Amino acid sequence: MTQAVLDRPTGQERSFVRVQEIIQECGASESALIPILQRIQDEYRYLPEEILSYVATVLDISPATVCGVATFYAQFSLVPKGKHVVRVCDGTACHVRDNRALIESVRKRLKITGKQITSDDNMYTLEIVNCIGACALAPAVVVDEQVHGQMTGEKILKLFNQIDAKDKEAEK
Amino acid sequence: MSKEFITVDGVHVELNGEKNLLEVVRKAGIDLPTFCYHSELSVFGACRMCVCEVEGRGLQATCSTPPSNGMVIKTNTDKTMRIRRMALELLLSNHCGDCPSCSKNGNCRLQTLAQRLGVTKVRFPKPQFSHEIDDQSASLVRDSGKCILCGDCVRMCKEVQGIGVLDFVGRGWDAKISTAFGKSLADVECVLCGQCATCCPTGAITVKSEIDKAWKAIYDTKKTVVVQVAPAVRAALADHYGVQSGELAMGKLVAALRRLGFDRIYDTSFAADLTTVEEGTEFLGRLASGERLPQFTSCCPAWVKYAEQFHPSLLNNLSSCKSPQQMFSSLAKKHLPETLGVEAENMVVISIMPCTAKKFEAARPEFAENGVPDTDIVLTSQEVIRMMDEGGIQFNELAPESLDMPFGIKTGAGVIFGATGGVAEAVLRLATLGADRTSRKIEFHEVRGMEGIREAEVMVGDKNVRLAVVNGLANAKELVAKVESGESSYDIIEVMSCRGGCIGGAGQPLPNDMAARERRRKLIYECDSLQNLRNAADNPYVQEAYTKWLQSPNSHVAHELLHTAYRHRRRLSGQVIDVQESTNVDAQKVCIKVCVGTGCYTKGAYNTLHKLMARAEKKGYTDRLEIKASFCFENCGGGPSVEVDGNLHSDVTPDSVDKFLKEVVEPKLGLGKQLVNH
Ligand code: SF4
Ligand code: SF4
Ligand code: FES
Repeated sequence: MTQAVLDRPTGQERSFVRVQEIIQECGASESALIPILQRIQDEYRYLPEEILSYVATVLDISPATVCGVATFYAQFSLVPKGKHVVRVCDGTACHVRDNRALIESVRKRLKITGKQITSDDNMYTLEIVNCIGACALAPAVVVDEQVHGQMTGEKILKLFNQIDAKDKEAEK
Repeated sequence: MSKEFITVDGVHVELNGEKNLLEVVRKAGIDLPTFCYHSELSVFGACRMCVCEVEGRGLQATCSTPPSNGMVIKTNTDKTMRIRRMALELLLSNHCGDCPSCSKNGNCRLQTLAQRLGVTKVRFPKPQFSHEIDDQSASLVRDSGKCILCGDCVRMCKEVQGIGVLDFVGRGWDAKISTAFGKSLADVECVLCGQCATCCPTGAITVKSEIDKAWKAIYDTKKTVVVQVAPAVRAALADHYGVQSGELAMGKLVAALRRLGFDRIYDTSFAADLTTVEEGTEFLGRLASGERLPQFTSCCPAWVKYAEQFHPSLLNNLSSCKSPQQMFSSLAKKHLPETLGVEAENMVVISIMPCTAKKFEAARPEFAENGVPDTDIVLTSQEVIRMMDEGGIQFNELAPESLDMPFGIKTGAGVIFGATGGVAEAVLRLATLGADRTSRKIEFHEVRGMEGIREAEVMVGDKNVRLAVVNGLANAKELVAKVESGESSYDIIEVMSCRGGCIGGAGQPLPNDMAARERRRKLIYECDSLQNLRNAADNPYVQEAYTKWLQSPNSHVAHELLHTAYRHRRRLSGQVIDVQESTNVDAQKVCIKVCVGTGCYTKGAYNTLHKLMARAEKKGYTDRLEIKASFCFENCGGGPSVEVDGNLHSDVTPDSVDKFLKEVVEPKLGLGKQLVNH
């Protein structure tokens, strides 16, 4: 965990000033910890270690407690996430419809290996999640909060190409 | 009011205000097993060992069930036993099981309960699990492979010590107990009091052993091994071995240590007398001038570290006296070689302490001369018991022997340092003596006891002195908050990190619960009342030490040797937040780090940072600044602290940002006066 945070990409300017604003908006008290973490995660796309320490300082609680909350809820991530988050459903329905092959082609396309979940260029993060309630569409994939049903390896590659093209467009 | 009863296994048991069924069952003489229940901690109810059948309600965890009149409960049924055995089997299947080589072997609750409940085989396969070992701190070793997730350490640190170094992280199968970000205890705000280790049922948190180092020194024929024994150790040994008195236990320990090969055996209580004289004199001085009050005691290293991390503004109020352990070692290293006729480099100073934090204290750089620590090795009571076992010593058979001179002479005042309230009482005995030394009040029962916070008022000369005595850091936290807010005011405050004082230190033998601490407390005061001399000022060897070496209390020489200074200390190691990176690759850049650690944050450091960025932007040189937020430069007294290209600047308040930019930052950017004021 620590390693991944230290290795976080440079050149991505993060807004520390926003953190202070978020804390002020939510109220600097322990009871506001979860909403604060949610909004910081929206800002940074993950929860950097140093920022968690800062939150602990401002809320006057122990950093271990903040760490405990940040690791308890599946919605939080302590490692950097890519710009696009791809969630492949691993509920029973999707599982029996061979989502394994799907996962494999995503991993290959993103060149991620072992325990890695984010591509080296920080563009994509792959998450394997529990049933997302779209069993009728199995196998299902959620890309940036949008559900895509009856996915195949081929279809998902096409989707990646589209996203890449859109990103390039936006850069110009 | 009519009496209330419940029925436990057919026996009527009267209710007497017990908070839960478990306490009632134990009162009825049935030792229900538990892992996660401690009377001093909040109820967690996770281990399921304490389940009983309650008529009409089925199976209940007794630790979290309040007793009510007429309840009928059965502790030993097919169901309850099956559940307990199953819970144990599950715990064992997820445990490394390296018992023979574990330092908790023989003292481990997992082991004992498995044996007691007849769990002889584990039917579940052992999953792969990691042994993460943290042995980086001076005092404690954590081994995740032995953790059963009872959460006792988490609650101990949070509730009794008010710190919260440890917490549960992750969930489900991945759940474990961890410090913030999995750092070592050496790199977080842990004060090394070791109280977490006193309640850990297994070997997941244990005392870091220096036994090997001690044997090595003893086996080295060139070395003269000098040892000091702290006051609280004798009480714990007496209790552990069932010896009637602390004096007797001390005599037997001296005999044992001689047999094991220690060369000179002294009493830390002698140094405690010296501490009382130095600290009492310091206090009377402050009382007369009214400066730096309240005076806080400084003999508990866990409290000192706590204050350094959490209360930078109080450091000036701490007594500058070293602790008895360190006073002893300074004096020993400086003067004993000559007295004993040995080469200084061939003398090893070992201390036997009730305390894990003393290991950290001994390693503090300010307590070393040319890199050689004054105290070379710190052994806890637990370790010394193990050494006696290794050496085959039969403690109970030994005839007591007497300590060596000159540092073997003590007064009762030096002995009570081992219990909460003892330092305060020792200082009171001295302070009320008066110039003509006629007042002979010895016992100050108002400062004795086991309550977390105690207060008293005592006349010292014509002054009414207000004292507070606190034990347990959560209590200290509460008291300090009241002092800082002005709600309470005192002249002198004694702080001991461990509940009960050093008698409850984490180096003491197990069980180390409140009942054991209460027994040890009695033994300490008995020891005190047996002494002919009970006022530190009357210790003849302390007087001689002044004549021979130290001149007078608080003299220049005494200050050099027996006093110290404190420093601001960061809570977490190495973290910086990038706030703004410099984008200008051509021009020379300046790196600015603003501290947002607690000390600086509360003094407005965030506003300093914010204003700094806004002003730089307005002045148009933002792209040449690299701005970072950093955690604690250990300069909290001078906060807000700002570092510019490696140089630390103090007191950069939001109001002084303009001046700071003009005088410190702009010259570095090569910007002249013309830029200013626009
Ligand atoms: S040693 Fe003391 S401060 Fe450190 S984790 Fe244990 S209880 Fe907390
Ligand atoms: S109270 Fe005594 S045993 Fe406990 S940490 Fe302080 S000095 Fe050590
Ligand atoms: S908080 Fe310690 S220097 Fe800032």
